[in-house]
Amino acid sequence: MIAPAKPDLVTVNIDGREIAVPKGTNAIEAARLVGVDVPYYCYHSKLSVVGNCRMCLIEMGLPAVDPATKAPIMDPATGKQKINWIPRPQIGCATNASPGLHIRTQTPQIKDCREGVMEFLLVNHPLDCPICDQAGECKLQEQSTGYGRGYSRYIEQKNVKPKRTQLGPRVMLDDERCILCSRCIRFSKEIAKDDVLGFIDRGSYSTLTCYPGKQLSNNYSLNTVDICPVGALTSTDFRFKMRVWFLKQTNSIDTESSVGANTVVWSREGQIYRITPRQNDAVNDTWMADSGRELYKTVRASDRLTAIKIGGGDSTLEMALKTAADLLKSGGVAVVGSGRSSVEEQFLTKKLANACKASAFLVSRVGEGDKLLISADKNPNVRGALVVGLLSELPRVAGLAEPGRPGSATRATNDVRTGGLESLAAAIDAGQIKTVISVGEDLTAAGLSAVQLGKIAIIYLGTHANATSAAARVVIPTLTVFEKSGSFVNQQFRLQTFAKAVPGPQGATDDLVVLAKLAQVAAADVTAVRALLAAEVPALVTIATAKLPETGLLLDATPWAALPFVEGETLHYKPAAMLAATT
Amino acid sequence: MAIVPLERKPLTFAERTYVPQILAGLRTTWQHLVKPKQTLEYPEQRPAIPPGYRGVPTLVMDPNGREKCVSCQLCEFVCPPKAIRITPGEIAPDAPTGHVEKAPKEFEIDMLRCIYCGMCEEVCPEEAIVLQNQFSMTGYTREEMVNNKARLYELGGTLPDSHFKWDKKKTAEEHGNDRH
Repeated sequence: MIAPAKPDLVTVNIDGREIAVPKGTNAIEAARLVGVDVPYYCYHSKLSVVGNCRMCLIEMGLPAVDPATKAPIMDPATGKQKINWIPRPQIGCATNASPGLHIRTQTPQIKDCREGVMEFLLVNHPLDCPICDQAGECKLQEQSTGYGRGYSRYIEQKNVKPKRTQLGPRVMLDDERCILCSRCIRFSKEIAKDDVLGFIDRGSYSTLTCYPGKQLSNNYSLNTVDICPVGALTSTDFRFKMRVWFLKQTNSIDTESSVGANTVVWSREGQIYRITPRQNDAVNDTWMADSGRELYKTVRASDRLTAIKIGGGDSTLEMALKTAADLLKSGGVAVVGSGRSSVEEQFLTKKLANACKASAFLVSRVGEGDKLLISADKNPNVRGALVVGLLSELPRVAGLAEPGRPGSATRATNDVRTGGLESLAAAIDAGQIKTVISVGEDLTAAGLSAVQLGKIAIIYLGTHANATSAAARVVIPTLTVFEKSGSFVNQQFRLQTFAKAVPGPQGATDDLVVLAKLAQVAAADVTAVRALLAAEVPALVTIATAKLPETGLLLDATPWAALPFVEGETLHYKPAAMLAATT
Repeated sequence: MAIVPLERKPLTFAERTYVPQILAGLRTTWQHLVKPKQTLEYPEQRPAIPPGYRGVPTLVMDPNGREKCVSCQLCEFVCPPKAIRITPGEIAPDAPTGHVEKAPKEFEIDMLRCIYCGMCEEVCPEEAIVLQNQFSMTGYTREEMVNNKARLYELGGTLPDSHFKWDKKKTAEEHGNDRH
C-alpha cells in the first residue's frame, strides 16, 4: 500500500521498500536514501544528466491503470495495484521520481546489464592500476569489483592512445584510461563557464581533447581531476607523489577568500600532499579553486619562520614573551589584527588590545572576485573580527575614500589591494604609537613606510619572513592554518571550523598560546577559548556546547547588515544590496 | 597426601663396577664418530637453499635490464612491520622506458624491521620484489642495515620474466592498432 505523501513529496518503491522523496529526485538519489547503491560514472549531482555511461540501469515500473477509465487495475494475487514493469532497463540518473514509481535494482537482468556495461568499459581500459594515481579512489576499480564479472574474456589487443597529454598547466590526460563519461566537459561548460573540452572522433577512437589553440587553464581546472571517475585526468602537482590510501584526511577551510570553501587536506606523516574540495551544498557545492589547492606549499616554504628572535638574535619563547610584555607595558601600543586569524585568535587579539588599552586595526585585502568561489575580500575571516568585537566597522580599503566604494588602487600585490592602516600610520607620524604588535600581518605591504616602521618597536607573530619580520624587535613564529584548529566566519556569516592536519615545525608556537600569554588570559587552546567565547560573545553561544555541524553554523548577521561589505555575488552568496534589490 | 617411603633397589655387582655404563656411553660416542655429519662448516660451507625460501627481500630487473618496480607502494602498504619506505618518481617521457611512466626515486627496506614474511613479494603486481636466497644480513650500524635502492638491485640482480608486459605495451604503441 502506498502511503499518502506530503504535497511536495512523492512515494516511490525501491526494491520493495517505500520512501517519500521530493518530486523530481532521480532514481540514484532516491535509492541512496534507502541505502541501495546504484552504480554510476557519468552522473554527478551538481552537473546536468547526460546518461552516457549506462551503468545506472534499473528496472522501472508504474502502477497500472485502466486506459479508458483511469481506474487502478488490481492484482488479484496480492490484492494490491498491479505494477506494469517496463521490459527493458532504464537509466537511473534520468528516471525522476513520480507518484508510485517502482524501481528494482537487484534483479538478474540488472546484474547482467551491469556486468555487460563493465565488460565494455574495461575492454580498452589499460591495466595501469599499479602506476595510476586514481587507484584506491577509482570508481572503475570499485565497481568492477562490486558489479563486474570478475574475469576478462577479451583476448584481442587493447586500443592504444596517447598516455601523456597536457590539457592545461595543471591537468594531465591519459587517453587510454578515459571512459568518456563527459563529466569534465560538462563541468567546464556549466560550472567553470570555460567550454574548452570536447570529444572528437568516433567509436573506440573517441578522444577527449581541448579546442584547438586553447588550454584547460581556468582557475577551476583541477575540479575536473576530482570528478574524473577514473585516472584519465590527473593533477600534475599530485601526479606520482603518493598513493591515496596512505593519506590522512583532515577537514579544513580554504583561506584565500571570504567564500570559505570547505576542503579536505590530505597528509601523510606531517607532510601535506594535496587539498581537495569537501561537499557543502550551502557554500561551495563540490568545487574549489585551483589557487586554493596550492596553499599547502607555504607550509614548507623556504621563508618559513622557525626561530624566535629578539632584536635579530635567537632567543627562547619565555624571553621573547617577557620582552614583548615589557614593550606592551610601556604604553603607546597599537594592535594590528588579521582577517586571516581564526575567530579564537581574533578574540584573544581583542583581549590583548583591551589589556594594553590599545586600539585595534585590521588589514584589509580587496581584489577581484570571480563570481564563483573567490570573493573580492581576500581575508577569510573579516566577519569573525566583527563577531568577536575586535572591530566595530570594516577596515578601510586601501586607496578608497570609503570602504566598499571602488577607486584606484594605491598598492597592488597580485592584484590585491592591501591596506587599512592609514589611521595607524597617522598616529605613528604623530608619535602617539611606540609599539605595534602585528598578528601575522606585513605592515609594509599594508601601507606603512620603512620610516614609520623605524619609529616603532614591532612585535611580530607570523609564519613567514617579510619586511615586517625583518624590522621587528620581537619575532615569534606561529602556525599556518594547516597546523592548528580553529574557525572562520565566511561571507554568509557561516561559522566553519578547520582542524589541525599536520604538526607545526619546530620553533613555531601556536598563535593562541602566544596571544593568551601576552593578553594574560588563562585559555590557551581552542577548547578553552571557545568556552570563553561562548560565555562572552552572544552570537557564539553555541560554539562550545553544540557540536558544530560539518556544513557550518549560520550566525545571525543582522547587527552587521548595514556594513558595506566588499563582496560581489558568488556561488550561494548574494550581497545584501543585491538581495534587497530583488525583494 | 601421605608419603610412601620406597625401598631403593640394591645395585648388582656389574652396576657397582660401572664398566657396562661406560661401555654403553662409549658405544654412542663411537657411533657418532663414524656416522655422516649433520652439521656444516659454516661459513665456508653453505646450506642448499630449498625452492620457495624466503631470504632477504630484493628488487629485480627483467632480462632487458629494465627495473621492474613501478613504485605502486603496495608492498609498503602491506608490510606488517612497516620496513619498506618508497619515494615514488616519474620516468622522463623520452627515456627508453618512458612508457612505464613511474619508477621509485628511492626504495628503502629496513632489515632491522623486516620479518621475512614475504607479503611484499606476494602483493607485488609487477613481480619486482623477490625474497631470494640470501639469509644473512650483517652490519655494524643501523644505517648499514637499511637497504637502499642501489643495494636492493645489487642484491636482486636479474630474474627471468614470463610476461614482458611493458615490452608488449611498447610494441603495441609502436606497431599495434593505428590511431588516426
